[in-house]
Amino acid sequence: MKIAFTSEGTSWDSLIDPRFGRTENIVLYNEESKELTTVDNSAVKNDAHGAGTATAQKIFELKPDVLITGNGPGENAAKALKHIKMRIFADANNLTLRQAYNNYLSGNLKEV
Amino acid sequence: MTDLKPLKIAIASGKGGTGKTTLSTNLAAFIAEQHEVVLVDLDVEEPNSGLFFKGELTHEEDIFKMIPQWDASKCTLCGICPKLCSYHAVIQLGPSILVFPELCHSCYACSELCPVDALPMIPKKTGTLRDFRIDKLNFVESRLEIGEEQAVQLISKTKKYVAATYGNVSIAIFDSPPGTSCPVMEATRDADFVILVTEPTPFGLHDLSLAVETMRTLKKPFGVVVNRYGIGNDEVIHYCREENIPLLAKIPNSRKIAELYSSGKLMYQDFPEVRQSLSDILDYCIKAVKGAKV
Repeated sequence: MKIAFTSEGTSWDSLIDPRFGRTENIVLYNEESKELTTVDNSAVKNDAHGAGTATAQKIFELKPDVLITGNGPGENAAKALKHIKMRIFADANNLTLRQAYNNYLSGNLKEV
Repeated sequence: MTDLKPLKIAIASGKGGTGKTTLSTNLAAFIAEQHEVVLVDLDVEEPNSGLFFKGELTHEEDIFKMIPQWDASKCTLCGICPKLCSYHAVIQLGPSILVFPELCHSCYACSELCPVDALPMIPKKTGTLRDFRIDKLNFVESRLEIGEEQAVQLISKTKKYVAATYGNVSIAIFDSPPGTSCPVMEATRDADFVILVTEPTPFGLHDLSLAVETMRTLKKPFGVVVNRYGIGNDEVIHYCREENIPLLAKIPNSRKIAELYSSGKLMYQDFPEVRQSLSDILDYCIKAVKGAKV
C-alpha cells in the first residue's frame, strides 16, 4: 500500500498540513519498501484559484491507495478525488505523520 | 445640485461593514428627492441595498457565463487543455476530462485550442439581475448564484445593463464589494469618482490604506467618508491629512442610526447633519469630476 499525507515538512515528525489543496508537501509512504518520499507542492501557493483541483490532479498522478489529511478536501477537490475513488482519511490536524499513520492503522481516523 | 452631468460614483471600502450600503442607499434616496438616479448594488456576493427599498420590479433576467463542456466522443486525451487552464478548472484524470464550472473564468483557451473541438462552450447561469423603480430612484441589483465563485463577470454584465438602460440618468451610484480584489476593481474601474468609506479604528485605517493604494493604482479620483465617527481614535483623520486625501464627511456614531439600519430604514431624514453631509459629498463629487474633465 502507498499512503499519501498532506504535510508541512518532509519527515515522520512533520505535522500534517491541515489544508489539502494548498498543502506544502505531499509525503508518500510505501509500506512494502518502507520508503518515505516527498513531492513539493508549494508552487500551488501562486494560484489564486483551483489549488484543490490542481493538487487532486497531482494525487491522481502519484497514485497512492490512501490519502491522510487534515481539514479534508474542498468541494471541487472532493469531486475529483471521488472520481478516482481515492480513500480519504481526514481530521489528522495537529498530528505528526507518525501519529497520523498510527491512528490510521488503529482505525482512529475518520474516513471521508 | 442644479447643473448635473452624467456622473458615476462608486462607493467602496477596504474593510467590510464600514457603511458602504448605509452611504449608498441614503445618498441615492437623497438625490432622488430631486433628480433621477440609479443605484446599483455590485456587491453581488451579498447584495443588501435592496433591503432599504420597496419598489416595483421592472425587469429581471438571468445572467450567464460561458463554460466548456467535455465531449468524450471527440476527445483524444491529448492532454493540452489541463495544461492551458491557469485556474485548474479543467483537469485530466486518466481517461476523463473534468470541468469545474465555478473555477472557470470563461477565457475560452481550452475550447479554442482543443485540436478536435471536444470542449465546446455552453452558457451557465451565474446570477440574477433585478431592476426596481421607486419614484425617481432606479435600483439595480445582481445576485451571484450559490456556489459560484467568480463575481467579476456578473459585475461587468450588470454595469453593461446599467449603461444600456440608464445612459440618460444624470447620476449612477455603484455600491461596491468590500476589499481590494478583482471584484472591487471591476466595480470601480469605470467610476468618475470613488468614495472610500472607513471607520476610525486601527482596522479601518489599515484596510483604508490598502483601498487608497488600489485607487491610486487605478488612477481614480477619490475621497474618504468616516463613518461611526466618535469611536476609536483620530488616526484615520491624521492619515488623510498626511496623505492629502479629501475628507468628504464624518457620519457620527449613533445607536439610533444602527437601529434604523438594522430594521432596513434610511436614516438621513432623521439626522439634519447627515443630510447636510450627503449634500456636501454630492457637491464635492460633482466639482471633482468637472475639474477632472475640463
